[in-house]
Amino acid sequence: MVYENPDGVKIGLEVHVQLNKLKTKLFCGCSTDYHNDEPNTHVCPVCLGLPGSLPVINERAVEFAIRIGLALSCEIVEQTQFHRKNYYYPDLPKGFQTTQYDYPIASKGKVIIEGEDGERVIRITRAHMEEDPGRLQHIGTIEKSKGTLINYNRSGMTLIEIVSEPDMRSPKEARRYLDKLRSILDYLDVFNGDLEGAMRVDANVSVFGGERVEIKNISSFKGAERALLYEIMRQKNHVRRGGEIVMETRHFDEARGVTISMRTKEAEHDYRYFPEPDLVPLRVAERAPEIQKALPELPDARRERFLRQYEMSNMHARALTNEIKVADFYEDVAGKVNPKDAAVWVADILRGELNYRDLGIDAFAAKDIVTIIELVTENRITEQSGVEVIRTILDHGGKPQDIVKDKGLLKVEDDIVAKAVKEAIAENPEAVTDYLGGKEKSLNFVVGKVMQKTKGRADAREVRERLVKDLNDQS
Amino acid sequence: MVTWTDISGIKQKIAESSAEEVTASYLEKIGKSCINGFVRTWDRALEVAKAIDAGDQEGPLAGVPIAIKDNISTTGLSTTCSSKILQGYVPPYDAHVIGKLRDAGAVILGKTNMDEFAMGTSTESSYYGATLNPWDTDRVPGGSSGGSAAVVAAGEAPVSLGSDTGGSVRCPAAFCGVVGLKPTYGCISRYGLISYANSLEQIGPLATCVADIAALMDVIAGHDHRDSTSINRENNYSEALKDDVNGLKIGVPEEYFGEGIDEGVEKAVWDAIGKYEDMGASWKKISMPHTKYALASYYIIAMSEASSNLARFDGTRYGFRADGDNWHVMASNTRAEGFGDEVKRRILLGTYALSAGYHDRYYLKALKVRTLVKQDFDRALSEVDVLMGPTMPTPAFKIGEKIDDPLSLYLADVNTVPVNLAGVPSISVPCGFSEGMPVGLQIIGKHFDENTIIRAAYSFEQNTAHHTRRPREVV
Amino acid sequence: MITKEEVEHVGWLARIRIDETKSDAYAGKLNSVLDYFGQLDKVDTEDVPPTYHVMDIVNVFRKDEVTESMPQDAVLSNTEYRKEGNFKTPKII
Repeated sequence: MVYENPDGVKIGLEVHVQLNKLKTKLFCGCSTDYHNDEPNTHVCPVCLGLPGSLPVINERAVEFAIRIGLALSCEIVEQTQFHRKNYYYPDLPKGFQTTQYDYPIASKGKVIIEGEDGERVIRITRAHMEEDPGRLQHIGTIEKSKGTLINYNRSGMTLIEIVSEPDMRSPKEARRYLDKLRSILDYLDVFNGDLEGAMRVDANVSVFGGERVEIKNISSFKGAERALLYEIMRQKNHVRRGGEIVMETRHFDEARGVTISMRTKEAEHDYRYFPEPDLVPLRVAERAPEIQKALPELPDARRERFLRQYEMSNMHARALTNEIKVADFYEDVAGKVNPKDAAVWVADILRGELNYRDLGIDAFAAKDIVTIIELVTENRITEQSGVEVIRTILDHGGKPQDIVKDKGLLKVEDDIVAKAVKEAIAENPEAVTDYLGGKEKSLNFVVGKVMQKTKGRADAREVRERLVKDLNDQS
Repeated sequence: MVTWTDISGIKQKIAESSAEEVTASYLEKIGKSCINGFVRTWDRALEVAKAIDAGDQEGPLAGVPIAIKDNISTTGLSTTCSSKILQGYVPPYDAHVIGKLRDAGAVILGKTNMDEFAMGTSTESSYYGATLNPWDTDRVPGGSSGGSAAVVAAGEAPVSLGSDTGGSVRCPAAFCGVVGLKPTYGCISRYGLISYANSLEQIGPLATCVADIAALMDVIAGHDHRDSTSINRENNYSEALKDDVNGLKIGVPEEYFGEGIDEGVEKAVWDAIGKYEDMGASWKKISMPHTKYALASYYIIAMSEASSNLARFDGTRYGFRADGDNWHVMASNTRAEGFGDEVKRRILLGTYALSAGYHDRYYLKALKVRTLVKQDFDRALSEVDVLMGPTMPTPAFKIGEKIDDPLSLYLADVNTVPVNLAGVPSISVPCGFSEGMPVGLQIIGKHFDENTIIRAAYSFEQNTAHHTRRPREVV
Repeated sequence: MITKEEVEHVGWLARIRIDETKSDAYAGKLNSVLDYFGQLDKVDTEDVPPTYHVMDIVNVFRKDEVTESMPQDAVLSNTEYRKEGNFKTPKII
């Protein structure tokens, strides 16, 4: 079925990714590990913009950028040069942001997502490198601010800005795109998406072929979906009432779930870009083939392989390859038990329980799920008990074997004993008659038979008690 | 009291007395000065000299006092670019050259006066007031490194450092009758030099003789990983101190003797060229047709870069801060009150030249003309070894004569700015007098061929007596 | 020719407050310089590439190795406007 896109929605996204897995900032040797530290303790003359300081490019940052570009199927630029984007804001210690301008390091790429009507290609316009500004904190409320505090620890962190074409037709597709992007970046090991500010999103959206509106201040993927849903509704209503959409920038108010016009005059922005004289050009395209060769297997390729290698459903393959940690976890488990069983248990059951608790795959040990799957496939516990063991581990901790014992979940084993007892009674009528006739010792013979049938796994005392009970019930 | 001594003389004095006594005598002389060459002396100078006497520090410049232009960062010694906006700013780090000087045992006497942010040709635009020319205190010392040239000419320091963006070392050297070198772009690290126009400027030494220029270059030149434009190239400058110009091919650009050239200057320069001929060199007239466009190109580039370089002075992190109830108003007031008129004019013009609609007409055009000027040099220097002409078209002018007419001041830089556009090295040496004021001969060389111009300048000095004339003691 | 209005706009872009009474005077001085710059219009620069860097060097990098940052005291040493380790400025809204 083809998605009609009845409102002519076009969404483009600009995603800022902070390469926090680099050890140092883009232009200086300050450590990137500032997230838990005091303000202004990860700065030097360069990232503080002190007079006379000069930038020097972090080589690994460039390699990371090329890695990202290649993973997004981009062309890598032959030669580029950092530019200055000139504007005044207190978080910018030099009064300009150092960024790539006319020649982004990567351009013309694509990301494939699961769209409204099947696979959909989202074109990547460009991906360029730039430096992160410092962090502002308002004293008091925004409306009645008494001043602004500035912490430059973040200043100079490497950002990659990934700009898409307006190829998404719904907030759902936008969300899928963001998830996919994060998935790819995770695989590339260039950033830790869990750290604050690791991924920041600006969106632009238009309906019915009208002017596009930019939405800023989106702080999460969920926020992006909500902001877009609201903004599309607002634009549709506005047009329906005979209004016209004007090109503008709007601010997403996360708490109220609405977008608010920032009323900025575009004419006031004139960034006066020019090449940074303190940095020489980058001629790095020749590094691309080597970096390409070293690229890890990416989510799409891994999904294809999972389908082939483990013969799982498409849904499972997708679920298991979105996050590199989940995929690694799965392959660890699949190496020890039947891969199909592993797929069901990891993709459906374990992930369901983890999502419910807002936990990542890190919260569960692969060897525990292996044990649980073994218990179930050996018929020693029921599937339901397996789920109970997972829940218990997540909520209270513990080892699967102990939990099974403590909770008496070895129900399958009970059944075996019961069956053996019944059989032994039926097969040894003489001994039974002797016992019922008062010959106590005859019972030992029947117990021995049960033990034979259960290959000694049953507890002899339990077997005796059960025999006594069954025979008494019979008579 | 010491006076007009070169480095070898200083070393002899230190051997006879002590570094402490030498430094003390300079500080005493500076204390009595009326030329306003220093904006501040360093309160730890004597301490450093004592340490040298104690043998704590050796090096090629052990105990040699030096004056530093007020735009070169010195840890613990205020560095203000002679501007109100940097009042109270104490750099927490040393410029690369300062580290080199300290390691070599030099004793920093203090910071010298300059045109505010190095924007000028007269040292009249300083927040601290004008520096006077020791040869005639009614006249300017040239600029922008006017303080650095005047204190050497007045015997208040044996050597000094300046910076040369469009002639700021060579102009005051010529006006004050001392030697000044603008090295090849990339020869000396700019780390710690507070930028005015970073694609054009270099730090340069000033001294009473060519040998001292070479001695300073041996200490401060060389690669620095903190300046991406610094070139990795070894050289020994003192080896060039040879009295030998036999076979040297000199080009004399006719455009350097253009409209408005002072007769006395013209005569002194031609006499000098005649002298070279006597010494075994040959010369020919040469044409550099784009010289007349160099000034406009230079000023557009310098102002554009400056408008961005000076954006960081917003009152937020250091220096002067004006009132204002929100950040943008505070920043606008700070900059309106903190910068002087000429700096503000250049920032406004540079902002204009980079702004939407004017970028191509001014900024881009200027960079294309820069290419043509550079090609003039490439062509000329493929035919001859060095170029010679007057450093300045006139001797030092009167204080106040041009300060209200920016354009007439700009025109004085006609022979110095092409050198910065091309990035080639150039030295100014005393070659005579006009109206009783010193005249400078400019010797321009090929990229990284400092040694040829040093040899040419040294040979001239060995065969003439101009550099031995000193201004009478000004008190 | 730069107009009084353009001077004010450029003043805003450059964050330099220009008193309305002075913008005319500024325009006058700036125009005499811009007039002079106008002579470049005469230079034929067809097919001439711009010179951004006078030296032809590329790919200057540093390794991704941590160097020491400054102590917080030193970072804040040049201003009296600070609070709890942060720089402090008037509000930015």
